[in-house]
Amino acid sequence: MLKMPEPDADVLARRKSIVADLRDIVPGEGVVDATNEMRAFETDALTAYRQMPLVVVLPETVEQVSRVLRYCHKNGIRVVPRGSGTSLSGGALPLADAVLLVMSRFNRVLDIDYANRAVVVQPGVTNLGITHAVQDEGFYYAPDPSSQIACSIGGNIAENSGGVHSLKYGLTTNNVLGLEVVLINGDIVRLGGKHLDSEGYDLLALMTGSEGLLGVVTEITVRILQKPETARAALIGFPTSETAGQCVADIIAAGIIPGGMEMMDRPAIHAAEDFVHADYPLDVEALLIVELDGPEAEVDFLLAEVEALALRNGATTIRVSKSEEERATFWAGRKAAFPSVGRISPDYLCMDGTIPRKELPRVLAGMRELSEIHGLRVANVFHAGDGNLHPLILYDANKPGELAAAEAFGADILRLCVKVGGVLTGEHGVGVEKRDLMPEMFNEIDLDQQMRVKCAFDEKHLLNPGKVFPQLRRCAELGRMHIHAGAMPFPDIPRF
Amino acid sequence: MMAAGQVTMTSGDPHLRPTTEDQVRDAVAWAAAEKTPLEIVGHGSKRAIGRPMQTAETLSLADLKDVTLYEPDELVLAAFAGTPLAELEALLAENNQRFEFEPMDYGPLLGEEPGRGTIGGMLAANLAGPRRLKAGAARDHVLGIRCVTGRGEIVKSGGRVVKNVTGYDLSKGLAGSWGTLAVLTEVTMKVLPRAQTEATLVLFGLTDSDATAAMSLAMGSSGEVASAAHLPESVKGRFIDGQLPRAATVLRLEGFGPSVDYRFERLAQLLAPFGPTERLDDALSRQLWQEVRDVKPFADGTMRPVWRVSVAPMEGHALVAALRLKAGIDAFYDWQGGLVWLRMEAGADAVGLRQAIRAVGGGHATLVRAAPELRRSVDVFEPQPGPLAALSARLKAEFDPIGILNPGRMAALKAPEPA
Ligand SMILES: Cc1cc2nc3c(=O)[nH]c(=O)nc-3n(C[C@H](O)[C@H](O)[C@H](O)COP(=O)(O)OP(=O)(O)OC[C@H]3O[C@@H](n4cnc5c(N)ncnc54)[C@H](O)[C@@H]3O)c2cc1C
Ligand SMILES: Cc1cc2nc3c(=O)[nH]c(=O)nc-3n(C[C@H](O)[C@H](O)[C@H](O)COP(=O)(O)OP(=O)(O)OC[C@H]3O[C@@H](n4cnc5c(N)ncnc54)[C@H](O)[C@@H]3O)c2cc1C
Repeated sequence: MLKMPEPDADVLARRKSIVADLRDIVPGEGVVDATNEMRAFETDALTAYRQMPLVVVLPETVEQVSRVLRYCHKNGIRVVPRGSGTSLSGGALPLADAVLLVMSRFNRVLDIDYANRAVVVQPGVTNLGITHAVQDEGFYYAPDPSSQIACSIGGNIAENSGGVHSLKYGLTTNNVLGLEVVLINGDIVRLGGKHLDSEGYDLLALMTGSEGLLGVVTEITVRILQKPETARAALIGFPTSETAGQCVADIIAAGIIPGGMEMMDRPAIHAAEDFVHADYPLDVEALLIVELDGPEAEVDFLLAEVEALALRNGATTIRVSKSEEERATFWAGRKAAFPSVGRISPDYLCMDGTIPRKELPRVLAGMRELSEIHGLRVANVFHAGDGNLHPLILYDANKPGELAAAEAFGADILRLCVKVGGVLTGEHGVGVEKRDLMPEMFNEIDLDQQMRVKCAFDEKHLLNPGKVFPQLRRCAELGRMHIHAGAMPFPDIPRF
Repeated sequence: MMAAGQVTMTSGDPHLRPTTEDQVRDAVAWAAAEKTPLEIVGHGSKRAIGRPMQTAETLSLADLKDVTLYEPDELVLAAFAGTPLAELEALLAENNQRFEFEPMDYGPLLGEEPGRGTIGGMLAANLAGPRRLKAGAARDHVLGIRCVTGRGEIVKSGGRVVKNVTGYDLSKGLAGSWGTLAVLTEVTMKVLPRAQTEATLVLFGLTDSDATAAMSLAMGSSGEVASAAHLPESVKGRFIDGQLPRAATVLRLEGFGPSVDYRFERLAQLLAPFGPTERLDDALSRQLWQEVRDVKPFADGTMRPVWRVSVAPMEGHALVAALRLKAGIDAFYDWQGGLVWLRMEAGADAVGLRQAIRAVGGGHATLVRAAPELRRSVDVFEPQPGPLAALSARLKAEFDPIGILNPGRMAALKAPEPA
């Protein structure tokens, strides 16, 4: 198990007065300290880790957020922000000595501006809630994590979430125009707005994907898009994952950027078919769903090209959707991949590495070997278009040692991803889950510089500590410079 | 790789011209030890932008150049920071690919030759072009970077894959930092296939406000319009060799031939209430958008002040109307009206402009061209409110504690406020 920062005994001892002080700031039901009521918040979607918070606070206004943070800053109290608690990396895992700041009451859509194609929302609005607010006019919000019914847009900002459509339409970071953020000292800053590029340093980029460590997001301006005129999907089965991988590469190389391009391996296909009966072919090793969207003429033209490329790569089944219902059926299995795997195993761990597309065969082969070594099964779903793998490791938490084995297996998969030129996490975040693997990708100097960014926002390390960084170093220590003064030390650098 | 354009600097100081990343680090570490400010340049093509600085030494990245990775099938390209952008664009074109965000070339506007600039400068200035509406800016396409911070340390961030949330996104964080946080040494970018063809739909004779409505309608349709600009009467003659007879509202469509034709027809129907449409085909369309991108009408060989103003798309025309009441200006619009290029006939009027921007709901203005005296006396970049300015100063201090990298370029010199 991972080690979390030592709880501050002094803060624990002051719990009663802290709760009272917080009640002064957030009156009514907004402060929850009863054990049975706090139980609902003790974990996020990384359920292997649980911890009761010091107290739960549900603010309703930005002034309350600002006052809570200023109070915590002044009194040295840690704060863990939380949206809907669907993080798969333990980003919203509470700490025993920290206020859990739950943003779910910030649930209003503030401004729908079709002419500028911008929507302003509060962070507790769900991802799908934005699309629901604008779909009557034919618009939608493009990044579509599978958890979109539940996850909050504030959480999406914190994790830089992606989805099936990110291949063509980008991740959260490419679709956010503006933010209001409250810093740990209570300062309220506004970044960007309805204009397209934000001024000064790109703090929007630093905030997006910062996993609740830099500030609390209280308002978000996103860009919306008009729905494509049509969308059709092809369901393509291959005898090997290598040929499926090659087909993906060929599609991209042909200059085609599909709206979505997803792959599942045999175990995932079978689990999904058993669960949702999407009529997937069961005699294939890999299944590809390729969705093209746009004007009808273009979609038809490109689907024909995709079919030709699939055949050239030895596809054994190809079906093209002829109706919206059929397209939805193709996707039903993929979208239910996590729960269907949940049916065939008591527990599973969802990994999230990204690799260069061409390394897929090598990584899948490596995973098969690792599966034998660790004695655990793995099912794969894969955002094939952008190389983002979701291996689902099947285990049983009730069997002694299996969680540890699953975690070791997962860590080995991620090491393999990094080794072939990829990264530890594509969209789920580092959180606590991958925290101790950070040195696989970054050396100490890289990590120290990232921590210095943290220091610019939160020099006391009060916001969400114990996440992302394997080891916290004091900002004063990080700020020191070791200067080697002396004569011009580089006679070898050309000057002219 | 081919030779970089020769650097000509006004000062006559010898430049430090490292050829390896280690040399960049040594140079910055030395400057830090000596507390010697450094001006960071690629080709110096955008030297005229921003606040004039007083730096003792110039660190030129022009000799740290080469492509380090290009895998067309993987849509990824990496190069050392001093690699000429023109060279990279030529390489991509050979493979039928491009930087989708269409980095603009400041050369003509600033009275310099076109086609200069480096990939490091491209990211440091967060360049974009008319496709910004659909494809974003350099920041949206950077996958990874290596850099040397003002502490004289080599730091990397990101990688070579599109989906990556491992740690803070310093690659994007350095976009638009104009060399004030770190010296980029290597940049990895996502690249995309070039569109097979393009066409431009033109509406003639619209007022600025009707043009804004037309552009908004087009961008809100499912026609996948890649760019939308309005070229008022006063500038129309300076595009495509004077072939635009009247004020022109232009909408760019790109993609596979049949798709472009189909969408063109649909768009023409949709915009019928705004009058008859005309079509510019591939070559002319490309020429037009390159001229919009590079601000051709104001590339006039003068130093009359030029502002680059970013506001909500629907507000650009209102801003211009308000400014016209007070000063002699010339203007045209890109980004559906959200990017206003403004040329002032006389002074820069920074205060009046910024008041007017606030009055239309906010945005920001950068003085991209002006005589040095003027650049010294006004805030070239948008001043920020207190807490945000303090945060920016703290961030700068965490990268460059001594303040040796391009000091004073983005913000006037001030000691960072304590946290
Ligand atoms: C079944 C399932 C499928 C999923 N599919 C996808 C997928 O396809 N793509 C994908 O990217 N992710 C996916 N996820 C992961 C998860 O849904 C996303 O990471 C999501 O963005 C988390 O949002 P949340 O509101 O639940 O945040 P939480 O889990 O509550 O918090 C996540 C992080 O955000 C921080 N945070 C939350 N709100 C704020 C705020 N207002 N200000 C500052 N920090 C804040 C927290 O501190 C924490 O670090 C999936 C999860 C599940 C359970
Ligand atoms: C915000 C900003 C303000 C400026 N202010 C002034 C000014 O007041 N006076 C003046 O004479 N010139 C100014 N410049 C111009 C700049 O100093 C250089 O002239 C410019 O970098 C020339 O390089 P280039 O032609 O390759 O252009 P680019 O390489 O396109 O450079 C544009 C900007 O990027 C920076 N840059 C270039 N290469 C790197 C790199 N490898 N790593 C990090 N940063 C890099 C430059 O410092 C410059 O700020 C400014 C530039 C920027 C971006």
